[in-house]
Amino acid sequence: MRLRIRHTKRGKIRFTSHRDTARHWERAVRKVNAPLAYSSGFTPRPRMSFGLALPTGAESDAEYLDIELAEGADPDPGYWLEVFRDALPPGYEVTHVALRDAGSPSLQEDVVATTWLITLEGVSAAEIEDAVGRTLAAPVLELARERKGTASVDDVRPAILDLSPAPAGDDDPRPRLCATLATTGRGLRPLELVQVVFPALDAVDTAARLLRTHQWIERDGERREIIPAGATAARLPVGCA
Amino acid sequence: MNSLWARIEPLLARVQKPARYIGCEDGAVVPRHAPGKVSWLLAYPDTYEIGLPNQGLQILHEILNERDDAVAERTYAPWSDMSALMRQRGVPLFSVDTHRAAGDFDILAFNLSAELVYTNVLDMVDLAGVPVRTEERTEEHPLVVLGGHCAFNPEPLADYVDVAVLGEGEEVVGDITAVVRDWKASGRTQGSRVGLLRELSKVPGVYVPSMYEVEYEGAAIRAVTPRYPDVPAVVHKRTVADLGQWPYPKSPVAPLTEVVHDRLAVEVFRGCTRGCRFCQAGMITRPVRERPAEQVRTMIQNGLRRTGYDEVSLTSLSTADFSGIEQVAASLNPLGCGGSAPLPHEQVTVSLPSLRVDAFTVGLAGQVAGGRRSGLTFAPEGGSWRIRQVINKLITEDDLYGAVDSAFSQGWHRMKLYFLTGLPTELDEDTLGIVDLARNCVRLGRRHTNRASVTVSLGGFVPKPQTPFQWFGQNTTDELRRKIQLVRDASQRAKGVTVKWHDPAATMAEGIASRGDRRVGRVIERVWRDGGVFQEWNEFFRLSRWQEAMAAEGLSIDWYVHRHRTEDEVLPWDHLSAGLHKDFLWADWQDALAEHGLPDCRWTPCYDCGVCTGYGIEHVVASPVAPAGGSQGTGQDLTRGGEVPVTLLTRRESAVDAVVGGAS
Repeated sequence: MRLRIRHTKRGKIRFTSHRDTARHWERAVRKVNAPLAYSSGFTPRPRMSFGLALPTGAESDAEYLDIELAEGADPDPGYWLEVFRDALPPGYEVTHVALRDAGSPSLQEDVVATTWLITLEGVSAAEIEDAVGRTLAAPVLELARERKGTASVDDVRPAILDLSPAPAGDDDPRPRLCATLATTGRGLRPLELVQVVFPALDAVDTAARLLRTHQWIERDGERREIIPAGATAARLPVGCA
Repeated sequence: MNSLWARIEPLLARVQKPARYIGCEDGAVVPRHAPGKVSWLLAYPDTYEIGLPNQGLQILHEILNERDDAVAERTYAPWSDMSALMRQRGVPLFSVDTHRAAGDFDILAFNLSAELVYTNVLDMVDLAGVPVRTEERTEEHPLVVLGGHCAFNPEPLADYVDVAVLGEGEEVVGDITAVVRDWKASGRTQGSRVGLLRELSKVPGVYVPSMYEVEYEGAAIRAVTPRYPDVPAVVHKRTVADLGQWPYPKSPVAPLTEVVHDRLAVEVFRGCTRGCRFCQAGMITRPVRERPAEQVRTMIQNGLRRTGYDEVSLTSLSTADFSGIEQVAASLNPLGCGGSAPLPHEQVTVSLPSLRVDAFTVGLAGQVAGGRRSGLTFAPEGGSWRIRQVINKLITEDDLYGAVDSAFSQGWHRMKLYFLTGLPTELDEDTLGIVDLARNCVRLGRRHTNRASVTVSLGGFVPKPQTPFQWFGQNTTDELRRKIQLVRDASQRAKGVTVKWHDPAATMAEGIASRGDRRVGRVIERVWRDGGVFQEWNEFFRLSRWQEAMAAEGLSIDWYVHRHRTEDEVLPWDHLSAGLHKDFLWADWQDALAEHGLPDCRWTPCYDCGVCTGYGIEHVVASPVAPAGGSQGTGQDLTRGGEVPVTLLTRRESAVDAVVGGAS
């Protein structure tokens, strides 16, 4: 039986890496004694697979993973939602547990785009308005970047699917940028986006906080969320905000 | 709140591994500050990954936070990228639990287990906004405290730490808290710091360097004497009599990011009386005190359940010596018949650090290792029976070959063998014996698998205070390099043998600090000011910094490091006692030179090293006889007792006959 889980990653714990998050989950399933399905082989590993890596330092309301449980495990997703709720370190909130359709593609293969809320430091709402307009109007946006030791200059304009100024959040007066970025092909990372939107500024200083709000898949030509967030809002534990 | 988090957060996007600085670990006890409480900041002067698993720090963190009059947090050395940013933006050293400034704590307590981190201590004190030299500190500054193995010769840091604590911390932290609490209650008035230190110097186990006068006679020390009549002439270590009374950590900390020992650790006993003469840990932690097997099992079960780990390490200085080891191992083995409650998870791996070198131990390791059999490590330490008698590591070649053959037969295919070089009386034939042993081990292994390989790890020997080798002149870097080269050359022709070695330059720097006196303090300060932090890390270590600093202070490396000491010499740590009589240590040193071994006093009559008789404590060992298998450190055949789960003992005879020439 396969579970697909959606959770948040907020607060101080955002400084842990994607690999760390995988470790947190491995420990959590053992803590609650979940009957995992193990891979065969000399060193059996629990069958868990994780979605697109969240950059270290970024927060998220839309992280996903798949867990395969051994035969005979409780088939009620609601049961597992309750069980996992308290098993993870502070900063994680398990918001949804669903049964994964047999034969559906893996998270890594399926996701085509992600949406981000980027809190900006040192730029005014008017400057954001300007920069967004300029960015969207540009036919070509060249970005010099390096990955795995290879430098290249790419036109990243096609990867920006959506871009708009966003109002400040409840707990932070700073203005924000909302962006939907393609993840297929080379894609565009949120920090790289800030770099092309504000080429004169230091991207690390400017992008004070990164929050992934959605991960999108395509079905029948339409973009939809892997598991829609619905009305569930993430709570943040005191002390780890 | 006094949290610096808002100032720390922006730095974290710019540093490597930011998870080092966030705290929030699973299981970490939440500190509760209150005005009357004595606040401790427990510091480990190396990176978070290395410091977090430290059991001493975790234990004291819990014990202090359980007290009504104390609160404790933790901190680790920020990596160089972080400390540079912190200095640039005026962010002081902070705790990882609640991100408070280090300078806001009453006590800044360092756990020191190795000498090369001394420069990091100065760096962290400085980063805390506290003057590095004790004489410049006032009532507003935290007390800088040092504990851990290095406390048995804290003299190189005497001008930089206010207090050194000798021995085990469980009880003494309460005594120190009480004295500091009263001082705070009395108003922490101007000029009262000296009075506080004098009060602290009366607490057993507490050494206050500034309360002692060191007189010199030329280069030598004439005497170390207390400045006041109520300050003890000799400070004795603290020891908890019964480990069963201290089942800590009760709430083991599971870190959020990868650390060096990323598994549950349960301490099965403390102390070791194997009597290896090079080993400071074995000398200063006597006597042996075992934890009851039942408590070990409970701690394992609770720890695994709380942390979600699937691996537990049973820690001690020689875990196969634990009387309850078979009982505990059986209860962990899903196929065993220990009769205990089942473990919370199906797949638990047990690791046994500090493996004793014999077949019994390997059988045990095989029983608990689960599916993972990547490599096994043994520490014969010396390449010949002669040198192993000198260092009192009394394992025979039969022991080693039995262990190795057993390991290869049970599915391991990679062995690591630890050796020391630069040992007292060491001859080239002893050094070359290392390669013979390794070659024979590979040969044994090839009978079982073509992949059999042996890695020899060579460390340069640094004589340590409070050991029988404290009088020995350390080998020069040239001599160590020559010996390493001997081993490398000889191993060229040995198929399946790989040699790794520690940098002899670092060995020399360690030697300066290991047996240094107060004059070496200025050398450490110079190295630190010159940028020499993280000296255990290759990318930061430069011997020339140490050589230049020694020269600038007019000190001779030869005198401090390479010179043999005489019996009548006043050693810098003579006023600090681990309970071992100096007469005993000297006699043991003479026995070493005469190639006489000394048996383990757990199972043979007492030879009065001084610890048990002096402190009125005793071994706490559940079994009156040595565990089964191997020579048990006596060099004799002691095979008896419980069943030894080894399959290939019969085949071993012929295998060993074929390869052993002239073993004792």
